[in-house]
Amino acid sequence: MLIKLKGGTVYDPAHGIDGQVRDLYVQDGRIVEPPPGARVDREYDLSGKIVMAGAIDMHTHIGGGKVNIARVMLPEDHRADPQYHTELLRSGCGHAAPSTWTTGYRYAEMGFTTAFEPAVLPINARQAHMEMGDIPILDKGGYAMLGSDDFLLRMLRDGADQKAVNDYVAWTLHATQCIGIKVVNPGGISAFKFNQRALDLDERHEYYGVTPRQVLKTLATAVHELGVPHPLHVHGCNLGVPGNVETTLKTISGIEGLPIHLTHIQFHSYGTEGDFKFSSGAARIAEAVNANPNVTVDVGQILFGQTVTASGDTMKQHANASHAHPKKWVCMDIECDAGCGVVPFKYRDQNFVNALQWAIGLEIFLLVDDPWRVFLTTDHPNGAPFTSYPHLIRLLMDRTFRNEQLSRLHPEAQKMTTLASIEREYSLYEIAIMTRAGAARLVGLQDRGHLGPGAAADITVYTPDDDVERMFAKPAYVFKDGELVVKDGEIVHVTWGTTHTVKPDYDSAIEKPLADYFDRYLTMKLDNFIIRDEEIAEDGRGSITVHPCGGRG
Amino acid sequence: MAKLIAPGLWRQVPSPFCGIGVDDLTVRVGDDGAVTVEERGDPVTRAGFEQPLGDKTPRIDGRPVSLEAAVGRAAELLRAASLPLVAGLAADVNGVRAALSLADRLGAVVDAADSEALLRNLLVLQDSGWMTCTLAEVKNRADLIVMVGGGLERGFPRFFERHVWVDGMFVRADERRVIHLGQAPSAAGRPSPGKAPEVLACDDAHLPQVLAVLRALVKGEAVAAEAVGGIPVARLAELAESLKAARYGVLVWAAASWNWPHAELAVQTLCELIKEVNRTTRCSGLPLGGKNGSQTAVQVCGWQSGYPLRIRFSRGIPEYDPYLNATERLLGEGEVDALVWLAAFDGGQTPPPAEIPTIVVGRCGMTFSRPPAVFIPVGCPGIDHPGHAYRTDNVVALRLYQLRSVGLPSGAEVIRAIERRL
Repeated sequence: MLIKLKGGTVYDPAHGIDGQVRDLYVQDGRIVEPPPGARVDREYDLSGKIVMAGAIDMHTHIGGGKVNIARVMLPEDHRADPQYHTELLRSGCGHAAPSTWTTGYRYAEMGFTTAFEPAVLPINARQAHMEMGDIPILDKGGYAMLGSDDFLLRMLRDGADQKAVNDYVAWTLHATQCIGIKVVNPGGISAFKFNQRALDLDERHEYYGVTPRQVLKTLATAVHELGVPHPLHVHGCNLGVPGNVETTLKTISGIEGLPIHLTHIQFHSYGTEGDFKFSSGAARIAEAVNANPNVTVDVGQILFGQTVTASGDTMKQHANASHAHPKKWVCMDIECDAGCGVVPFKYRDQNFVNALQWAIGLEIFLLVDDPWRVFLTTDHPNGAPFTSYPHLIRLLMDRTFRNEQLSRLHPEAQKMTTLASIEREYSLYEIAIMTRAGAARLVGLQDRGHLGPGAAADITVYTPDDDVERMFAKPAYVFKDGELVVKDGEIVHVTWGTTHTVKPDYDSAIEKPLADYFDRYLTMKLDNFIIRDEEIAEDGRGSITVHPCGGRG
Repeated sequence: MAKLIAPGLWRQVPSPFCGIGVDDLTVRVGDDGAVTVEERGDPVTRAGFEQPLGDKTPRIDGRPVSLEAAVGRAAELLRAASLPLVAGLAADVNGVRAALSLADRLGAVVDAADSEALLRNLLVLQDSGWMTCTLAEVKNRADLIVMVGGGLERGFPRFFERHVWVDGMFVRADERRVIHLGQAPSAAGRPSPGKAPEVLACDDAHLPQVLAVLRALVKGEAVAAEAVGGIPVARLAELAESLKAARYGVLVWAAASWNWPHAELAVQTLCELIKEVNRTTRCSGLPLGGKNGSQTAVQVCGWQSGYPLRIRFSRGIPEYDPYLNATERLLGEGEVDALVWLAAFDGGQTPPPAEIPTIVVGRCGMTFSRPPAVFIPVGCPGIDHPGHAYRTDNVVALRLYQLRSVGLPSGAEVIRAIERRL
């Protein structure tokens, strides 16, 4: 079937198209060149509409053990936001920790067609994929967490060579069916198991003697040498700690030019100035990002209201557990692999710290010059539920609205931010970069995030509106792989996306020491640990897409 | 994956039955389909794997019929019902997925066979939370293990062999101290060879008081009593000090055997005690359970609906109520008018007696004192078909493999077929 999308105003930054009226043609799920003389089976008149590729969330906690702990823990949060069963849709719950079905529906209803779970514990990867397997419509993928696993820490302690680490990293990507590698509080999740309560960049893990700097350097090198497109995804040391801006700046300089992605950097951009000993480090962070082209960031914007924080960073989650709202929380030490901490939290606009966190996130968005290197996230659900993205986009695009919101916050926080003086407003083209073209490039998806011939026909069509929040909340049409899935902001058809992975080459000799390690210390056979393709594909709904790696080893 | 090393002989077979996910079994499948655990079996895994195959014929009111007829009859009964109950939910991930799809479509209530035991922990998670760990952390890290309540070594026969009496990365077997708070262990829980277990003896029924006093002592509160549940407070004070002195203590309990009203309050006391110890050193809880894959229902219900079990779909949205949506109450008060019972792991897990049309999707070989309206025998996940089931520690999902082909459908296939016929 040939579909013609006629006369829409196209924003396709991957091809430098900034608001030009174009026709698009879709055949067999792909965008194609206009086939000469072919009969158009279905035409959509998009004159006056805005056309972008489907949006990509490159960091959102949508599946896996800690998300499910958050769901089961929060019945009171679900009750206020139920999803009704219809002829087409499964029932479920929304808001802070939505059910899998609802996750897919609500992302698609906002024009998102792909999402990446950024904290897949290797031992829990099977669960992450099963949950994501029950998220309809979206493409998905995961970043496998390394850096506090005892196998790697033993390698580092014993001075293993980089080549062996690379093999282990590549093996992990294969075994967990992931597309990237993430490190969370490098070495710190393990250190907490040894009762260390803090671990700064150059502090030694008391058992292994290894520092976070070593872990970061080794993993960033491995990811780079293996040619994995997505740079090492870094949740740094000292999350949430006033003064952590120094650690973050040292992390940037210490990586010595290797590609790294610093995630939810808002939580890592705090100074210690002012009466409350809490201040914005956003300007210094933005300056460092601007000066270091090897660095990309996503913001992890906070927005006010009830949410839940779910993280692999047990050390910091335990430290912050006293702030839980409501008063309940979970910390787990997991399988010599990592851990997780789940702490419900309510961000308040009349709380000085929360108000300043809000401003810091926006300062970073607005002070980082290159929209190809800063990404739109709330670290769902840690800063806010993903359903607040349209509101966040309005904050970026509409200075009047932004300053009006700012004027309602805790007065001392207003004094501690330069936000009111920042004039920048994001353009639609820049929004399309950070949520589409840039995100696809960052993760290594060559056929997503753009509208050129050969691209998957993931397409979102918006109706222009002076209130961009309303515009981004309710697209006129969303196509997933060429099928119309959303019309006027509502699901009209349910499809199933693919799972994006990479499978870099490695020397299988690494499996010998790994098998011995599994037999001696873990509770599962190595061979039972590995997730094989059929586990994802056997239900006839799921599929695996392998993206190429250009080895640099 | 399970490896076929000779005709009918499988190695590295994972067990969905034992709760601790052993995956080192050697299992033989005979020409007649009979399954035998040849190596490393224990009473729990053998009882799971070695159930006789039984008659594969579906039945309506006890009369043999075709699968299609049984599925059709089940759909007919469900169409006629105004509020069905989909219960048991003892199945692999795909089985629970299918049951939830059916329940959502029917507007049914959903409950699990082991809800009472599961809720003793879940209510604590939902009220105050906890600090827990997984089996490999116990194995490699725990220098002090407190077994809270009796019978753990009988319920989880290989727990000690695999996680306690073995050298870990950070602690040797002979460095570990094991204290039984409750009852002295039977032979299965004793080190072999090794030191005699330390026991602070009390009846399980006294655990709420004992744990409350222990929590107070850990917090440094003054305790006036001299003994609680027969245990001198001075010995509990020593235990409190031992927890604080340990590098990584683990308190282990099995809520399924805490059969007194509101046992969740004792679980909560235990979990708050653990949080308190973590002010100065490390300590975790390990809830033991998950036999016959029972954590699987909690996980899948959690991600598909947001709620762990006891969910009512009758208003078109999932609504959770851990009391009102209990199988026993719904049947007892006549609130439901049809029952679907899913029990794919254990032929002994028969449905509760009910005076309403009952559709059993049960492991082949299940027998009944009174035949249900419909019985559809299905294969067991991990024997008859591949699948996934969770371990007690929730994090680890086991991949289960097909070991034999005897022509049995899976529970998921049968339930999906019923849904298609509605």
